[in-house]
Amino acid sequence: MIGILFSILGFIIYKGIGVISWEFITEMPKDGMTKGGIYPAIIGTLCLIGGSIIFAFPIGVMSAIYINEYTKHGYFRSFIQLMTSNLAGIPSIVFGLFGMSLFVNQLGFGDSILAGSLTLGLLVLPIVIRTTEEALKAVDDNFRQASLALGATKLQTIQRVTLPIALPNILTGLILSIGRVSGETAPILFTVAAYFLPKLPTSIFDQVMALPYHLYVISTSGTNINDSRAMAYGTALVLILIVLILNLTASAVRRYLSKKNNIN
Amino acid sequence: MTEIYPHKIESKDVNLYYGNFHALKGISMSVEKNTVCALIGPSGCGKSTFLRLFNRMNDLIDGIKIEGDCLIDGKNIYSKEVKIDELRKRVGMVFQKPNPFPKSIFENVAYGLRVNGISHKTLIEERVERSLKQAALWDEVKDKLKKSAMQLSGGQQQRLCIARALAIEPSVVLMDEPASALDPISTSKIEELIYELKSQYTIIIVTHNMQQAGRVSDSTAFFYMGELIEYDLTKKLFTNPSDTRTQDYITGRFG
Repeated sequence: MIGILFSILGFIIYKGIGVISWEFITEMPKDGMTKGGIYPAIIGTLCLIGGSIIFAFPIGVMSAIYINEYTKHGYFRSFIQLMTSNLAGIPSIVFGLFGMSLFVNQLGFGDSILAGSLTLGLLVLPIVIRTTEEALKAVDDNFRQASLALGATKLQTIQRVTLPIALPNILTGLILSIGRVSGETAPILFTVAAYFLPKLPTSIFDQVMALPYHLYVISTSGTNINDSRAMAYGTALVLILIVLILNLTASAVRRYLSKKNNIN
Repeated sequence: MTEIYPHKIESKDVNLYYGNFHALKGISMSVEKNTVCALIGPSGCGKSTFLRLFNRMNDLIDGIKIEGDCLIDGKNIYSKEVKIDELRKRVGMVFQKPNPFPKSIFENVAYGLRVNGISHKTLIEERVERSLKQAALWDEVKDKLKKSAMQLSGGQQQRLCIARALAIEPSVVLMDEPASALDPISTSKIEELIYELKSQYTIIIVTHNMQQAGRVSDSTAFFYMGELIEYDLTKKLFTNPSDTRTQDYITGRFG
């Protein structure tokens, strides 16, 4: 497993490191995307990560709290869990189609960061729900009972005891979601991604370029595919680095919180 | 305070069912103010379930049914007017396994005050100090109140849980085998503590340890298969039990 991971990483680094430069990550693409940088795609991807997490994280965490803390064991809970799993199993292109139909057309957001973020948010919602549920399940019932026995209400118990203890594990869901959001191409295809847009977004109703879609464009449907080959590897490397940095940050926070809880 | 009602705690013909399982069968008994009542009996006899009636912890379990009246200071705690979180402020509980929160020592004791809307800083500090003193833990932790409670030993953690329960000034303290997970030295500290707390609180303690029941309690109730077999002054029950089953249990012939 680790061998496969490192051979893929090694390959991307070997092919892509040559084009990485300050200009590459801070300049607009030019000359039919064979020269210049990928700055707008980086910003676009960061916007989409941020937007989808802002949407999916609170809703996902609250759903999981509802399922784990408020529903009783039985058909209803099993039914919700089954539906969550089903949601996770839907191919991402279907989410793209749904997002286009609902957010872009029906709600009139157009091709925009908002529509793309909401679509990606839906895509990662089941991941957030599932990991949060597991995190809450892992909290020892003794803590809940101790809190309730001190006259705390259920809501106070969740806010002050259960959630803080579960938080490090909930962040795992966040890490997984970030990885998923930053790499998905299909859901943003019809909802936000621009083929070539050498400017930065000014509002959530703007279109943006995004790294995975940019990678797809310059690898398969650009005007000069052979000239942009090296840049494709460079883009892939930047994408991987962004995910890596965000993951490392999240896991550092996670480690800090576990240490503070001092239970793991 | 004038006592209008003769008993601090009373149960009247209480039946409890887990689904179809009849766990408590018509239990009637009472506990006087400022005394310690021990509940003894073999595992699964219903003594912990009985204990948990009085702060309504059984309510958390799905499919439970409770009949009969449980009274504290003469008021039925299962009547509709009673708010469960209000009740639990008056009836503290210490669990079998020490379960301090993964917070600082100070915050553990202050927790009950904070969730009950007390935010006055000096008041909280005073109460925390007083509760830790009552639980005979103050001298050991006064210099490290900001440290995590998880760093304390098992015995210290359990005394912290007692301090936490006392901080909200309950009048009744329920203890579910509070010393069963502790070493003999910690156990004797907890027992001394129970003896001292009696002057201010009414205590019901579940224990598997016969000597412990004999040492700390004023009255003892022997439960068997969901029934209250015998309830009497501890001295009487241990020296001259009326029921042969009680006799067999306390002499170690079964259980």
